[in-house]
Amino acid sequence: MLAFILRRVFQAALVMLAVALVAFALFNYVGDPVNLMLGQDATPEQKAELREALGLDRPFYVQFAVFVGNALQGEFGISLRQARPVSLLIKERFPATAELALTAALLALVLGVAMGVYTALRRGGFLANVLLTVSLIGVSLPTFLIGILLILVFAVTLQWLPSYGRGEVVQLGWWSTGFLTKDGLRALILPAITLSLGTMTLIMRLVRSEMLEVLRTDFIKFARARGLTNRAIHFGHALKNTLVPVMTITGLQLGGIIAFAIVTETVFQWPGLGFLFIQSVQSADIPVMAAYLVLISLVFVTINLIVDLLYYVVDPRLRIERTTAAH
Amino acid sequence: MMQALARLLDSDLWWSFKRSPLTVAAAIAAFLCIAGAVFAPWLAPHNPYDLAQISLMNSNLPPVFQKGGSSEFLLGTDQQGRDILSTIMYGSRVSLLVAVCATVMSMLIGVTLGLVAGYVGGRVESFIMRVADIQLSFPAILIALLISGIGRTVLPREMQDQLALYVIILSIGLTGWVQYARTVRGSTLVEKNKEYVQAARVIGVPSFRIMLFHVLPNALGPVLVIATLGVASAILTEATLSFLGVGMPPTQPSLGTLINEGQNYLFSGEWWITIFPGIALIVMVISVNLLGDWLRDALNPKLR
Repeated sequence: MLAFILRRVFQAALVMLAVALVAFALFNYVGDPVNLMLGQDATPEQKAELREALGLDRPFYVQFAVFVGNALQGEFGISLRQARPVSLLIKERFPATAELALTAALLALVLGVAMGVYTALRRGGFLANVLLTVSLIGVSLPTFLIGILLILVFAVTLQWLPSYGRGEVVQLGWWSTGFLTKDGLRALILPAITLSLGTMTLIMRLVRSEMLEVLRTDFIKFARARGLTNRAIHFGHALKNTLVPVMTITGLQLGGIIAFAIVTETVFQWPGLGFLFIQSVQSADIPVMAAYLVLISLVFVTINLIVDLLYYVVDPRLRIERTTAAH
Repeated sequence: MMQALARLLDSDLWWSFKRSPLTVAAAIAAFLCIAGAVFAPWLAPHNPYDLAQISLMNSNLPPVFQKGGSSEFLLGTDQQGRDILSTIMYGSRVSLLVAVCATVMSMLIGVTLGLVAGYVGGRVESFIMRVADIQLSFPAILIALLISGIGRTVLPREMQDQLALYVIILSIGLTGWVQYARTVRGSTLVEKNKEYVQAARVIGVPSFRIMLFHVLPNALGPVLVIATLGVASAILTEATLSFLGVGMPPTQPSLGTLINEGQNYLFSGEWWITIFPGIALIVMVISVNLLGDWLRDALNPKLR
């Protein structure tokens, strides 16, 4: 167990180091920072002075160590486009992405499980078939087209909901939340649906197939023979046994939600990290790009680590298989 | 030639193809999309990038079935007076080119690494498969976005648009190899211990020859299926990148670029500029996906 955890943590650290190296190379060697900061018509003396002040004359490994040290403290220099510290920008944008991703994940989980259970219990029913067909379309539609279609229907044609931005936000310390105002909640609806749809259909199909499998097993037949109510059988016995795969898939899909938040935020001009990243790519704002690269990798490595460990804890069969496979 | 055709018409594959109407429909749709894209310069009613042919007088015309539409522009025109149907055909051409090149690249990388990993084994294998595992834990779209973002930043500004095509092919191509590598490694591990491979080894056939001519042919079925589905997902990835503004430039638009540009006109009521390229994208992706699914089932002996 301990060896397994240590190996995973070591691997995660290795990945982060590789990412840091890429970010560092981007930061230091692409688009010479001295030229970017001083402009074209600086004298060679000024350049040399700044080079020394920034530590660019020191050997590679010292510079990399300084970069990693700063990154660990959350310092990534100054955004070239907005002339403000990158750490400040990220702190400002983070709540927007966190609230969007969280809402989308919850929506996907709750509605996905509910629709999965429904379509499994009412197999062949009219509404179940409709849901299945619609979910097929949901799987094949790209995120940005879902967003555009929702905007066309609900913002342009019906004019019910806003099509961009977060609406009115309330500041709670450094965290800005859109959950507390009606305007903020209205602005959240379309982006959250757009972002959750893919994961929702995936969870729904997964829950459905797992439920169908469990409902065929002997212990369900036995539960029926014992005369338990349908409700107890369906939710107490069947659903509970489908939850392990659902939990893992949801955990892994969280990464997908964070990645596709970039697309959703761009469609709805949602002022989050993904939108910041796209803007920084378009304007070659390297410090912001490097910071986002490190941050998103950290999120993914952490998610994968947790899912791996959870898997290990939840499923005892895996422990035996993995140890035998290792020999 | 005639014999080959007759053999095809007599095969299992053709029989299972004929039996599934959905697959036939998908094949027709995919054929129309691909033909329209490949032969765009000859088939398109207008050339949207020939300045002599477009006129601002024709700008923002709705499609023919709406009031004010003209039969000359079946799907309407955009703000510069370009025919939407023609821009879609030219755009599909770019989308398809990127997707096919990227898929071929992923396939070459993945098949090579998979063969080497499976055949050589040991540290090389565990290193390749570990890298594959790590890459698989990041969503493909994110990796493609990062590679193309970095690619754009590294290039000087004036060359970005010219080289955009190659940057995109590279970024999508580098993200898709994992599945090929895993599949090919699996088949290689199975084939490696069979007698015919051992016999070849005993008579002194060089390793790369065994890999290429003995092991690889046995892994080609699944590779073909992954490649078909890979084209569909590459089309989607490219469209997403272009939609985000880090893909194909407006001077050489793909379907994603067209959708991105059209999005700005949604609010003034010109929905056709963005919706029709969107529909073209969906039809293309779904039809290729259906073909891939059918191929997977048809080539799977367990399902026969």
